[in-house]
Amino acid sequence: MTTAVADAHEVHDDHGPEKGLRRWLFTTNHKDIGTMYLVFSLTMFFVGGFMALIIRSELAQPGLQFVHPEFFNSMTTMHALVMVFGAVMPAFVGLANWMIPMQIGAPDMALPRMNNWSFWILPVAFGILISTLFMPGGAPASGWTMYPPLVLQTGDAFPFLIFSVHLMGISSIMGAINIIVTIINMRTHEMTLIRMPMFVWTWLITAYLLLAVMPVLAGAVTMLLTDQFFGTSFFLAAGGGDPVMFQHIFWFFGHPEVYIMILPAFGVVSEIIPTFSRKPLFGHDSMVYAAASIAFLSFIVWAHHMFTVGMPLTGQMFFMFATMLIAVPTGVKVFNWVGTMWRGSMTFETPMLFALAFVFLFTIGGFSGLMLAIVPADIQYHDSYFVVAHFHYVLVPGSIFALMAGAYYWLPKWTGHMYNEWAGKLHFWLSTIFVNVTFFPMHFLGLAGMPRRIPDYSTQFADFNMIASIGAMGFGLSQLVFVYVLLTAKQGEKATAEVWDSPKGLEWTVPSPAPYHTFDEPVHVDRTVAFPQNP
Amino acid sequence: MIRKTLTCLLGMLMATTASAEWALNMPKGVTELSAETYDLHMMVLWVCVAIGVLVFGVMIVSLFKHRKSAGAEPASFSHSTTAEVIWTALPVVILLAMAVPAAETMVKLEDSRSPDLSVIATGYQWKWHYRYQDEGVEYYSTLARPSLEARVKGAAVDPFSVDNYLLDVDRPLVVPVGAKVRLLLTSNDVLHAWWVPELAIKKDAIPGIVNETSFTATKTGTYRGQCAELCGKDHGYMPIVVEVVEPEAFVAWVEANNGSAEQFANNQ
Repeated sequence: MTTAVADAHEVHDDHGPEKGLRRWLFTTNHKDIGTMYLVFSLTMFFVGGFMALIIRSELAQPGLQFVHPEFFNSMTTMHALVMVFGAVMPAFVGLANWMIPMQIGAPDMALPRMNNWSFWILPVAFGILISTLFMPGGAPASGWTMYPPLVLQTGDAFPFLIFSVHLMGISSIMGAINIIVTIINMRTHEMTLIRMPMFVWTWLITAYLLLAVMPVLAGAVTMLLTDQFFGTSFFLAAGGGDPVMFQHIFWFFGHPEVYIMILPAFGVVSEIIPTFSRKPLFGHDSMVYAAASIAFLSFIVWAHHMFTVGMPLTGQMFFMFATMLIAVPTGVKVFNWVGTMWRGSMTFETPMLFALAFVFLFTIGGFSGLMLAIVPADIQYHDSYFVVAHFHYVLVPGSIFALMAGAYYWLPKWTGHMYNEWAGKLHFWLSTIFVNVTFFPMHFLGLAGMPRRIPDYSTQFADFNMIASIGAMGFGLSQLVFVYVLLTAKQGEKATAEVWDSPKGLEWTVPSPAPYHTFDEPVHVDRTVAFPQNP
Repeated sequence: MIRKTLTCLLGMLMATTASAEWALNMPKGVTELSAETYDLHMMVLWVCVAIGVLVFGVMIVSLFKHRKSAGAEPASFSHSTTAEVIWTALPVVILLAMAVPAAETMVKLEDSRSPDLSVIATGYQWKWHYRYQDEGVEYYSTLARPSLEARVKGAAVDPFSVDNYLLDVDRPLVVPVGAKVRLLLTSNDVLHAWWVPELAIKKDAIPGIVNETSFTATKTGTYRGQCAELCGKDHGYMPIVVEVVEPEAFVAWVEANNGSAEQFANNQ
């Protein structure tokens, strides 16, 4: 009897993953779940990217060549929903799952079963969303912003759209709770909050944003649902409702959502630049305060998405000033990254290249953001391709490049092998060139007067549209290089525990590949390794 | 396809030299406020360019000087309170300097008082309806026939052969030059937005709400714009054309359309 218990205990001590499908279906391991999140988001990245290529094919020339206007509208709507909720957000949750426990010295996430559930809801949600493409009346075509009354003209897809948004929200909220509880409760002894690595910090702030705004989105879409099916008139003028109120509620969610997609990116870049500059992050504490300030400001700027709806002058002024204020903490971030590089000893491996392109190109997106804050000018920019250029600059070479940077940075830790550096650099250069060929001309299109979300345009917009379409095809194809890198990720030379040149952080103290279970017992490590930020 | 692309790229290069100002930048427009808007836009643009040159400049210098292959030894500093205070405070000053002129223009933009002419513009899926409040003229304005024929999928008509493809209507909005025109915007179904870049006006047309905006065109001519708020499948096919004419021509136009320009004449 005693022996049996002892045996069972031993088995428990070093159990590895289960075999086959059960491993993935029932796993509660943060590394497995992180991997699933990352694979899922990459899949969605290609699904959403394929939709983008349909859009850019149609827009390559004036006249309708490939699709009908209603399908075009479905593509812009679905592209946005898939990319925002299916690609960018889950990818950051995937990184969080993999890296947060390893960066804070925790054995796993605090709520492992909920972790499993919050992932497995996602394929269901997107299964439902993508199935709407085959429903009578077509997929949702009212833009990802779902403005009423137009969204109420959606066909059979409408309740499925609402339900899938609810599921995505539930998944995000559970993920956020898990991350908050993990970070607050499971840090290793010496790690005080302010000493946490930047990726952990930005994710903690992001998780609170998610908790605050995902229920708001759920409320907004539920009101749409009852307006459609249960006779309410929240947003219907004929029944005494107000269509503009939806926009206020939506953007109260929508603006923090923007920072949900960029704050973890700040975190990733703040990990990578110090490593490859061989110098501690400049102004770690002010980086934390800047991220927190951005998060706070994100709650009081929502109506800058609505300067043309007819707000009172004082309202417009408030939202203009508050929006401009965001430039201050964002500036601090950019300056601090440059301060980190300054007098460092830089090398330019793929993660660093993506991080540097992030700093350059995200800043360009920030500049156009500042321009958009100026109300009279915004009245010209609003709903034009200038806006399309702006948010793609902050999302593609912003969020997505940071994700790529993070993937290359931690890939050897995950696989135990160095990836193909030559292919990684090829991926970087192709992506960087084509992302600019795609999105930079859109600034000109918008300024010249081309509205967004149109399937066809006047002939004077033809040239820049052709260039953007060529860039989009190039960018899409370049991402196949990334797939090649991933498929050959285990063929490279064995990675050391540190992988890079003395990177700081607890994740580099465990072997590569990271064992299935790490930090089963509280760690006592050299503070200069574990807490690189001004120990 | 490749040849077409090359011709296209070549055409673009020539087009940019021929009409650089028009194709690349916001139009200056034909109202005082559109010119002010343009100036604000250029001011912020140049401020951004200046900051960009500075920040990217420092970064590029660092990228070349402080690289390991150039033998750079890493320093160990991790913060500098002075630098951080400067680069927090300085942006605040720059922002204030930009916010003040912007706010001044906003006040002017919102002033739609004492107009010479009021037009109610109603958005429909997918056309505009204009009603001149005191002149008794009203009509729908829809996409012009040549564009209609070229816009269908696989049309035999080449869009390049159509004048002002997708930017032409059967009946434009006609207004007199120099008159303050107040637009009252609403919608019959979903959201629309009335946008004419040359007039620097964009305002949403919302069912159940009447939005107000105004413009005073200082030059006669034809100015084209489009619906700017996604309104369903034909969102891309409900252009706006404003014809700014001499006051006498406007009075004649009203009479010819069975209306009375008496009220307008009194206002003048």
